[in-house]
Amino acid sequence: MNNVAMIIGKRLGLGVLTMFMVSIIIFLAVNMLPGDFAQALLGQSATPEAVAAIRKDLGLDKPIHTRYFDWLIGVMQFDFGTSFAKANFSSYGGTAAAANFGTVADQIAPRFANTLFLAAVTAAIAVPLSLLIGVLAALYRYSIFDRIANISTLTSISSPEFFVAYVLILLLAVLNPVFPSLSNIHDGMDFTQKLQKTMLPALTLTLVVTAHMMRMTRAAIINLLASPYIEMARLKGLSPFRIIVFHALPNALAPIINVIALNLAYLITGVVVVEVVFVYPGVGQLFVDSVKIRDIPVVQACCLVFAAAYISLNLLADVMSILSNPRLRLPK
Amino acid sequence: MTMNISRRTALKTAAAAGALSVTGMPAMAAPKHGGTYTIGMSGGNTSDTWDSRTHSDSFMINMGAGCVFETLTEVSSAGELVGELAESWEASPDAKIWTFNLRKGVKFHNGKSFGADDVIASMNMHVEEGAKSAAKPIVAAVEEMKKLSDHQVQFMLKSGSADFPYLVSDYHICIFPAGQIAEAIANGIGTGPYKVVAFEPGVRAMVTKFDDHWDADNRGYFAEVEQIYIGDASARVNALMTSQVDAINRVDFKSVKLLDAYINIDIIEVTGNMHNTFPMLVGNAPYDDVNVRRALKYAVNRQEMVDKILLGHGAVGNDHPIGPANQYFASDLEQTEYDPDKAKFYLKEAGLSSLDVDLSVSDGAFAGAVDAGQLYQNSGSAAGININIVQEPADGYWSNVWLKKPWCACYWSGRATEDWMFSTAYESGVPWNDTGWESERFQSLLMQGRAELDTSLRGEIYREMQGICRDEGATVVPMYQNYVDAKSNRVEHSGQTGNLWMLDNLRSCKRWWSA
Repeated sequence: MNNVAMIIGKRLGLGVLTMFMVSIIIFLAVNMLPGDFAQALLGQSATPEAVAAIRKDLGLDKPIHTRYFDWLIGVMQFDFGTSFAKANFSSYGGTAAAANFGTVADQIAPRFANTLFLAAVTAAIAVPLSLLIGVLAALYRYSIFDRIANISTLTSISSPEFFVAYVLILLLAVLNPVFPSLSNIHDGMDFTQKLQKTMLPALTLTLVVTAHMMRMTRAAIINLLASPYIEMARLKGLSPFRIIVFHALPNALAPIINVIALNLAYLITGVVVVEVVFVYPGVGQLFVDSVKIRDIPVVQACCLVFAAAYISLNLLADVMSILSNPRLRLPK
Repeated sequence: MTMNISRRTALKTAAAAGALSVTGMPAMAAPKHGGTYTIGMSGGNTSDTWDSRTHSDSFMINMGAGCVFETLTEVSSAGELVGELAESWEASPDAKIWTFNLRKGVKFHNGKSFGADDVIASMNMHVEEGAKSAAKPIVAAVEEMKKLSDHQVQFMLKSGSADFPYLVSDYHICIFPAGQIAEAIANGIGTGPYKVVAFEPGVRAMVTKFDDHWDADNRGYFAEVEQIYIGDASARVNALMTSQVDAINRVDFKSVKLLDAYINIDIIEVTGNMHNTFPMLVGNAPYDDVNVRRALKYAVNRQEMVDKILLGHGAVGNDHPIGPANQYFASDLEQTEYDPDKAKFYLKEAGLSSLDVDLSVSDGAFAGAVDAGQLYQNSGSAAGININIVQEPADGYWSNVWLKKPWCACYWSGRATEDWMFSTAYESGVPWNDTGWESERFQSLLMQGRAELDTSLRGEIYREMQGICRDEGATVVPMYQNYVDAKSNRVEHSGQTGNLWMLDNLRSCKRWWSA
């Protein structure tokens, strides 16, 4: 077990380093884009004086390394700052309006909770579904069922997300009004209302991620079916279902867990298109909007959240595969 | 506006001419109270607040001046200026002193009663130290504000302005409760017919009927209004088609036909003041020569642009910035048509046999600007004008290309009054005069029109100014772009919607009702 703890410690350390690198890269990348926050905000009305005034207010006139380290010191104290858009608006007038403006953390928290909710609902549908289809496909490999499962999941993963989304809207919202086509969830809704509103985006994402997980499950199991211990089990006269679920699956878990973790990370970080189509108030839209107006504090915070999600899910996958494999669990 | 009034006058006389409500709507079917109105609106931001000084896009304008707050005056669906919190107003003969009589018995959502102090405090918000309000120039033109009584305010202007009552209808100048402004900005407390229930910036806003409103019977018919930010154009259309919302703004031109085929969806399309332009910097040759500018104006096929870029959802422009939603729009001014021979003639006048120019375009200037440039290139070649299209990046377009490249693409949403529009972008020496063009006659007419209270005289002045822009100006205005919105038949309106701004001037919550 010490071994696992050491791996976790090492990986967390590397994770922090990765996030530091990510923040530098994102900061430089956003700065390399043409135009800055002042110009993006003012648009047509960007007179040199107005641009200079906003830059001065927000500290954008300072050199790039000063700005980066100011931000970094804040983050180390868990202060993600105030978004440029809010900071700028609060300086609009002498009224005490500024006091009411939240920080970046306040802005991201509810959005991130929504994103996690969508990811959780999707995972609750997609993971059992793809495991089941994967096992069945391995069990009845090369049968009609296997072929249909393969073709249909591959078709859905090959179609662009927005296309899958609109097909689902057509089928489940227009022709048979089962689910609403708008997923504008908010705090005033109870769990079942939220669930109902989230169903269409969750189903869309399920169609997008199922193929990957299902095919990995199938392949990992089929790989093992040629091994001698499976032969042995078969000779004992066990049923094919029992062989697969109790003998093959535990040994195939490591690669499956890895694929599931990757897909979960995707559900958190890569669902902007689905959010836009269903008007889902997740963190992806906030991120895209912020990049558009070069609102660096929000962009940076979103990136850190995304990076943290990837790193921790990958770490979780590695730990799980170690735990599921006695050879790795108890090294010589 | 003139155009609109005439169309409507016919309507009015046919119906009962006298039956006009306070907002100036013809009384058709009697409006019903109650029901929920859900709008899918573009233009929301996570940085939105109830501070009307910062409102710049449809989401907050509709929620601010369109629901929660009120302004002194408003432009009705018919395009007339009517009072909202002001009952009446009058000017001194030189248009320098304006006296506003305020409505009595008006209450804010928190119970405070409305009076002259609130008007003065709300106006002062725009000129506070460090304030960056877009309405600052309007209020800065006021020399002194005097409270004559609890319900009468006098504005002493620095120079005469006949448009002053129009200017205070601006959606930035909402009336806040004096002494409680910070609280009102935090929670959205105004005098409007709806009060705030929930507000998530960049996501949604929810308001319910304010029962103590001074005109609760005649404005704000809905029991509640929910507004959802839907940034994506197809998602908005989709939300309307699946009955998730009752109305949407900014319908994508490509979806209009599709939506129109639905029996329970109405398209609301108006030609307002929004226009696309190609400004030339007259400080650069060859644009310093008026004959070259005229040649370029005759070398553009305006109708083709309207048909192909706007898919017919617009009207041809006439090289001046005044639109059909303006009071003194000269609709009978002779239209400059595509005429390669005339273009050649003016080139010859300029001593040229052919012309090579660069036109900087980007879809950041207006949607379809690159294609519009290519149409211009094509129509120009028949007149011996070789237009070289330079594609610029959309990012930073307004900082790096507009006002910098000799000839580029641009757009203006237009202004409610002629003086406001001209003095924003055509007056000599103003920062947004995007051509640098100056004309003595134009400038003196501008000054004369500003303080002129006689409407027929003003009409003539502004007509001449539109003509001067067309003949001598340095801006090619090929087209006006329509506002295209849509609603389901679950909500109804008087049969007429305003054309100053989208969705009935963004006042649909106050004016429409549940079917």
